[in-house]
Amino acid sequence: MAKMNLLQAINNALITAMEENEKVMVFGEDVGHFGGVFRATSNLQQKFGRDRCFNTPLTEQGIIGFANGLASQGSVPVAEIQFGDYIFPAFDQIVNETAKWRYRSGGQFSCGTLTIRTPYGGGIAGGHYHSQSPEAYFAHTPGLKIVIPRNPYQAKGLLLASIRDDNPVLFMEPKRLYRASTGEVPEEDYTLPLGKAEITKSGTDITLLAWGAQMEVIDKATELAQKEGIDAEVIDLRSILPWDAETVCESVVKTGRLLISHEAPLTGGFASEIAATVQDKCFLNLESPIARVCGLDTPYPLAHEKEYMPDHLKVFEAIKRTVHY
Amino acid sequence: MKDRNHLSNVGLVHEVSIIENGLIDIPMLQILQPDGTPHKKAKVPELDQQLALKIYRTMRFIRVLDERMVAAQRQGRISFYLASTGEEAASVASAAALKPQDMIMSQYREQGALAFRGYSTEAFMNQMFSNEKEANKGRQMPIHYGDKALNFMTISSPLGTQIPQASGYAYGQKMAGEEAITICYFGEGAASEGDFHAGLNMAAVLNCPVIFFCRNNGYAISTPAEEQFAGDGIASRGLGYGVKTIRVDGNDTFAVYAATQQARAIALKDNCPVLIEAMTYRLAAHSTSDDPTGYRSKDEEARWQQKDPIARLGAWLKNKGWLDEEQENKDLEKIRQEVLQELKRVEKVPICKIDEIIEDVYDTPPWHLKEQLSELKKHMAKYPEAYPKTSGRL
Ligand SMILES: Cc1ncc(C[n+]2csc(CCOP(=O)(O)OP(=O)(O)O)c2C)c(N)n1
Repeated sequence: MAKMNLLQAINNALITAMEENEKVMVFGEDVGHFGGVFRATSNLQQKFGRDRCFNTPLTEQGIIGFANGLASQGSVPVAEIQFGDYIFPAFDQIVNETAKWRYRSGGQFSCGTLTIRTPYGGGIAGGHYHSQSPEAYFAHTPGLKIVIPRNPYQAKGLLLASIRDDNPVLFMEPKRLYRASTGEVPEEDYTLPLGKAEITKSGTDITLLAWGAQMEVIDKATELAQKEGIDAEVIDLRSILPWDAETVCESVVKTGRLLISHEAPLTGGFASEIAATVQDKCFLNLESPIARVCGLDTPYPLAHEKEYMPDHLKVFEAIKRTVHY
Repeated sequence: MKDRNHLSNVGLVHEVSIIENGLIDIPMLQILQPDGTPHKKAKVPELDQQLALKIYRTMRFIRVLDERMVAAQRQGRISFYLASTGEEAASVASAAALKPQDMIMSQYREQGALAFRGYSTEAFMNQMFSNEKEANKGRQMPIHYGDKALNFMTISSPLGTQIPQASGYAYGQKMAGEEAITICYFGEGAASEGDFHAGLNMAAVLNCPVIFFCRNNGYAISTPAEEQFAGDGIASRGLGYGVKTIRVDGNDTFAVYAATQQARAIALKDNCPVLIEAMTYRLAAHSTSDDPTGYRSKDEEARWQQKDPIARLGAWLKNKGWLDEEQENKDLEKIRQEVLQELKRVEKVPICKIDEIIEDVYDTPPWHLKEQLSELKKHMAKYPEAYPKTSGRL
């Protein structure tokens, strides 16, 4: 075991994958010699050469189109989009091409080997072009997997699983935690399952569900609730698509209550999808309406970031409302 | 009727003959030599003393502002900054060749163009401190300026998006019969985006009076130009799209000024786009989040220091007798004082009231936003200490 931050864990996973399989290639804007703007790809070019770790021209559309071609050829591309906010120029390539390649060719071809890594989320004074959480746009796309780790241990295990999974995976990294989150990470190879949520704390009164950087917020709110005698069960969804309805529903059946929190705007956010499914499967077990604590339905602001964020106080208030409904 | 058959002018050959990039050789306009003396055969553009000094003073101001704000960022007073050191001539001299009614659509390293138009020190500070006096209501990171009265479109972060927009804006100006064009700035990195190709092609086909102004400063964050494109820079692409093109020394105020002035005249008269590729160098870090020592040599930077656009114009002005050393130093001190004082003053201005959080998403806030705001205010009233910048003015 070694102490790593989230970036180092990602770097370590990439090294593990590149050592294991020479078809793994890592590329994107500034990822080469410089190691990416956040340094997630540090030393990869020095270790594996320019053919396997390289800078691309500044074109997200080009990066993902290129990655799609590479993946369909059988290589294993790990493409970086510098910020989740800049994934939209590649939207067409991801939604219409990456995701549908296998389906449209009757399974003859696919982009299954592709992994797209991108930092997402706010809390870094980044304004609306460096803070978005675009997972819901992609969750509307059949054919993609979407994975979001919450700490370094999760990041390494989930990234390795994503790279080895035979489906295209969008791997979203909580940039606020890149350096802030540190923990013990095994140096050896390991994977964590995709499509599986993790219960990080068991409890009896309410189920709290989140992912990525929002897990920290949930944990803080859980502590506040604990002091008021509320015993929450906490779940990290980890995979947005496919998502682990079984674990979530089992928990809701037990606690009778559910609160979902994400940073992205409320309307059309992934919490809506979960809420609809849970009320369908657990209708008679619910003792209060499902609560959603999310970003406002505005672009992500700069000056009003603190007010916009679904912080621990907003979650805490919603926990009380839900429990005392 | 014009013959629209696209093969009508094609000459024939009867042996395989593949055209190579080396055959296109686009020269670079240079009027002032790096030592500040004009080339013998070059024609210095007609600039009166007042305009020449205004250009010079604006470049000076921008350099001071950049230095001061980079320092302020290091002290944690603002969250982010992006300097244009070494590239001042490219933005200031090009803006100087335009008319106030021309629209500027910039990337983010063109504070010089904005300053030339008269954006005040206070306005710069308001934006960087994202306070309640800022025209864009503090919604974007520092350096994303915008000012309708100055015909300076508010900057967007996603690169290249302004390029096809500029074509559209210019088309609108033409249709409205305005004596105005649009200038669109971007970096050689942004010229890799799909939007660049879409924008130039649209402008050429739809005859839009737009100047595409590429600052080729050698780097896009850490990616050097040779990893950004093969081939002869950005200029050759203009020709590929049928866009009139010129390459200039971007550190030469006169070359930039003369080329932009002509480009404007052509765009307006012929209703067509013109591409200018300004060859320059980013002497500063990409931004305050960047560390250029990780990807380029001090030697390289030092070589470009020798071509400093401000020193170059300064030398010419002194030779001409339009600038004297003593006056210049006084002037510089005045700029420094002004920037410092404004910084200290503006720093204390509060941010927008919380009600503005739901404004401008739509023309008027729909029910769901009003509902969210009222929930938020109730919550803030309960925890005022958690939202210290706004809760005092609920
Ligand atoms: C679509 C998009 N992708 C990535 C970025 C992140 N980014 C910001 S600036 C920059 C480099 C731009 O280089 P260039 O256009 O050459 O301009 P310069 O900074 O050199 O002036 C990058 C990659 C972005 N803002 N937008």
